[in-house]
Amino acid sequence: MTARLIVEADGLVKTFGKVRALDGLDLSVHSGEVLAVLGPNGAGKSTFINLIATLLRPDGGHLTVGGYDVARQPAMVRRLVALAGQSAAVEPTMTGRENVQMIARLFGQSRSDARRNAAAVLERLGLTESADRLVRTYSGGMRRRLDVGASLVGRPAILLLDEPTTGLDPRSRNELWDVIRALVADGTDVLLTTQYLDEADHLASRIAIVDHGRVVASGTPRELKQRAGSTVVEVHVRDADSLPRVTAALQVLGADAPSIDVPTRSVRVRLDVATQRVFAALRPLDDTGIAIDEVSVRQPTLDEAFLALTGARQEEVA
Amino acid sequence: MSLPIALPRDNAAGLIVSAQQIARRVLLNFIRTPQYVVVGTLQGAMFLLIFRYVFGGAIATGGIDYVDFVVPGFITTGVLFNAMYSSVGMAEDMNSGLIARLKSLPIPRSAVLVGRALADTGLQFWSLAITIGLGFAVGFRLHGSWQGALAAAGLVVLFGLVFEWLFLLMGMFAGSAQAAQGGALIIFPFTFVSSAYIPVATMPSWMRGFAENQPVTVMVNAVRGLADGHGAEALLGHPTSYFVIRALIWSVGLIAIFAPLAIAKYARG
Repeated sequence: MTARLIVEADGLVKTFGKVRALDGLDLSVHSGEVLAVLGPNGAGKSTFINLIATLLRPDGGHLTVGGYDVARQPAMVRRLVALAGQSAAVEPTMTGRENVQMIARLFGQSRSDARRNAAAVLERLGLTESADRLVRTYSGGMRRRLDVGASLVGRPAILLLDEPTTGLDPRSRNELWDVIRALVADGTDVLLTTQYLDEADHLASRIAIVDHGRVVASGTPRELKQRAGSTVVEVHVRDADSLPRVTAALQVLGADAPSIDVPTRSVRVRLDVATQRVFAALRPLDDTGIAIDEVSVRQPTLDEAFLALTGARQEEVA
Repeated sequence: MSLPIALPRDNAAGLIVSAQQIARRVLLNFIRTPQYVVVGTLQGAMFLLIFRYVFGGAIATGGIDYVDFVVPGFITTGVLFNAMYSSVGMAEDMNSGLIARLKSLPIPRSAVLVGRALADTGLQFWSLAITIGLGFAVGFRLHGSWQGALAAAGLVVLFGLVFEWLFLLMGMFAGSAQAAQGGALIIFPFTFVSSAYIPVATMPSWMRGFAENQPVTVMVNAVRGLADGHGAEALLGHPTSYFVIRALIWSVGLIAIFAPLAIAKYARG
């Protein structure tokens, strides 16, 4: 059985004056998957979300949600989507419960249904105990959880989250991740945007990397990381004179040539996935007595993955 | 292209329910923010006391007492000062994510503005009651019929709804609460260069042309005529019906222009 298409974007274009925020974006989301749209500021992520939520109208191309065209049948689309945008969308002078009940009523639910469904959503968000406090007394993390979850009360076919954890402290971020994962486990389809690779990694079953209004790469987190070079080895030396020797030693580990950064006296290489010999490569450096300040073995940052993947795309084109 | 998803039944609210929910939110926001209530009330009271006791002695109002002249002016122009808050509130909503969420919900596009206009009109009653109470406390008395007084109160609420649409539109264009507050300064020429606080006859002739014909003067005089009876008619030089009819024409005209503009502006984002 093939999974149903929830969102299908085909050559989607949106311009603001001279800026082409979306420049022929092609992307589809199937039911049962969590898609993370990953990209830097200004890549067109929020524009894409706002088009799906019918806040904007496309200037070109085609976008359907649940089979309904956003330009021709926006009223139908609004019955299927729930949006949690970047800025707070809850009323601070109402309680958590009043906020969720208001959304439920706006989804056409009767008073008693709204009451019952709001209680269930608050429970799911872990906000039952603070449900009757005014939202202005909530912590940033609680407020964001309410923000993200409030529109679930309308049982949307797809939940749109625009940078859900931006500005949260690490603990609140983890709590919100738990909430989102629980929603996904319950069968809510989620499309989220993020600037953070680790967030996409934690939450998404598929990642689309967007830059300049186009999808430059997409795949499972694992596929993308393999294409980005799974791990980065970075060596900081005390004395800049030793940089060439360190570079030569790291050469064997990399999928491509190591990059040298003279101001920070560091050499960085993307580890070839086939190679496991990190310590074997570093040992000769130790023997020659080069003073090393720091060695780190880490996941590629978004920047590195991004550069690697956009580079890969250019090669494919060439 | 896949087949459309079957839509859940009854998951879109109609205009009445959605406008009612939005109105409830605006009212709760006002009631639970005590500084709005206190500052708004104090400001109105202070201006009334200043005009009644500080300037009042120096302003001649023909056959009627200054307090009877100025209280209807205060009650009428009060709706403009209240509408200023609507403009700021709307600008704040536009900047929060709330409007974005409301736009993504399956409710009629006009519901958000209709709901806010209803709530703000409800708040006009509150402020009207305070000003009337204070007016009586400082010596204002009705000289017309009680039917006239009720009609005057009805007109004031109508004027509130008229300016509401203009100020909602300004709030949406403003982009920020500060800009909305700045834009609302437009009410000063309309309230002060009018018959609200002093008879227009004392103004220089070039200003009088504007003052006599602009809508706020017409509205103030309609309310004044209904509240003060013959004394006001003699001072203003026209029967009350002259002002009431013109005030109603202005109201219908202004709503016909600004309500559709505001709804269109909201829908286009």
